[in-house]
Amino acid sequence: MNTIQELLIISIGSAFVSNVVLSQFYGLCPFLGVSKQLKTAGGMGTAVIFVITLASFVSALIYRFLLAPFDLDYLKTIVFILVIAALVQFVEMFLKKFIPALYEALGVYLPLITTNCAVLGTALTNVQKEYGLLYSVVNGFATAAGFAISICILAGIRERMRYNNIPKAFQGMPIVLVTAGLMAIAFCGFSGLL
Amino acid sequence: MENKESRFKPFINGLINENPTFVLMLGMCPTLAVTTSAINGLGMGLTTTVVLTLSNIIISALRKVIPSKVRIPAFIVIIASFVTVVGQFLEAYLPALNSALGMFIPLIVVNCIILGRAEAFASKNGIFASALDGLGMGLGFSMALTLIGCVREILGSFSIFGISFKAPLEAAGLSPVAIFVMAPGAFFVLAAIIAVMSVIRDKQLAAGKKTKIKDVRCDKDCASCGDSGCVHRFYDDKDIED
Repeated sequence: MNTIQELLIISIGSAFVSNVVLSQFYGLCPFLGVSKQLKTAGGMGTAVIFVITLASFVSALIYRFLLAPFDLDYLKTIVFILVIAALVQFVEMFLKKFIPALYEALGVYLPLITTNCAVLGTALTNVQKEYGLLYSVVNGFATAAGFAISICILAGIRERMRYNNIPKAFQGMPIVLVTAGLMAIAFCGFSGLL
Repeated sequence: MENKESRFKPFINGLINENPTFVLMLGMCPTLAVTTSAINGLGMGLTTTVVLTLSNIIISALRKVIPSKVRIPAFIVIIASFVTVVGQFLEAYLPALNSALGMFIPLIVVNCIILGRAEAFASKNGIFASALDGLGMGLGFSMALTLIGCVREILGSFSIFGISFKAPLEAAGLSPVAIFVMAPGAFFVLAAIIAVMSVIRDKQLAAGKKTKIKDVRCDKDCASCGDSGCVHRFYDDKDIED
């Protein structure tokens, strides 16, 4: 019971209270770049959930059984980024071969995810907070879900905004940043939750 | 003289014409996350500069050895090694800065600027030019981060580079706008700076002057953009923006 409670708190904390994009600032490039349409934003969100959950699991395994016992803590940045890059490649090949439908949906987003700092950031946060295997996976999933939620909200707002009369100086990136800022204020409201 | 000018072109290019933050819009995560004060912005900028310059030098030196098919993983390993070295250095000698920047030091590995410059410049140019390019881009990044940090620190905590001028202002009945040192403030400050730059550009264009500021209102809509030298193409955005 206690574990379930703790996991629930970690999940809500990672998904809403310290949202990965809007308060931690991980993964801004895809957040700003792939949020023009709700459809593509949804695809990116799903792909990120998939990869971060898997990467959290694999990096937790490697840390627990390889890096920690041999005192190789200082190598974690290099090892994690390589593992993530290899994992993304592997997932891409696996999906292409065995689940073509899912590959059709996520395929184009996968290569973009290697350089998404949310993936490496989550893997390193799990180590820093000394989460075990289960906790790492749950935290990874919740973090990624937070990313998916915020990118979908931003895409929805941007689709609406297309027909609005935006001042010339703010067209393009600046208005998207202002929108993200307003969303960040809204997400600040979650901070009283825990 | 002519020769000297052209040699330093990559340096000036990175510093102003292709400023990584304001013009290319690369490396947004650290830009927004660590700029709660001018000092933190400068620290992050200089750390990135060191990594960028060193990795540019090594990648340029090895550019004929690395097979082009595995170049990206090779670049990432080189960059990650330097990030680890620099991270250990900061932990030992500048612990205060290290804890202020926190997770964003290891995350320099995935900073798009570094991989972007490795791919776009260092893998095609000589060692000296690559070093200058890294130094220029890095200092341009530092400059942008320090500027954003200054704005946020002045508005958000009434101080600059840690020197507080809070007392006289508070005596006059003003209080700092705390939202600027919180997460949302980062988005607003960057939006305002980019908007100001695009106003300057429009004014210069309207006056018929040749402007050096690129169109910073990039929508990252590469499918309908004619700029083939744009760094965003590195990510093949056009594949996903249908």
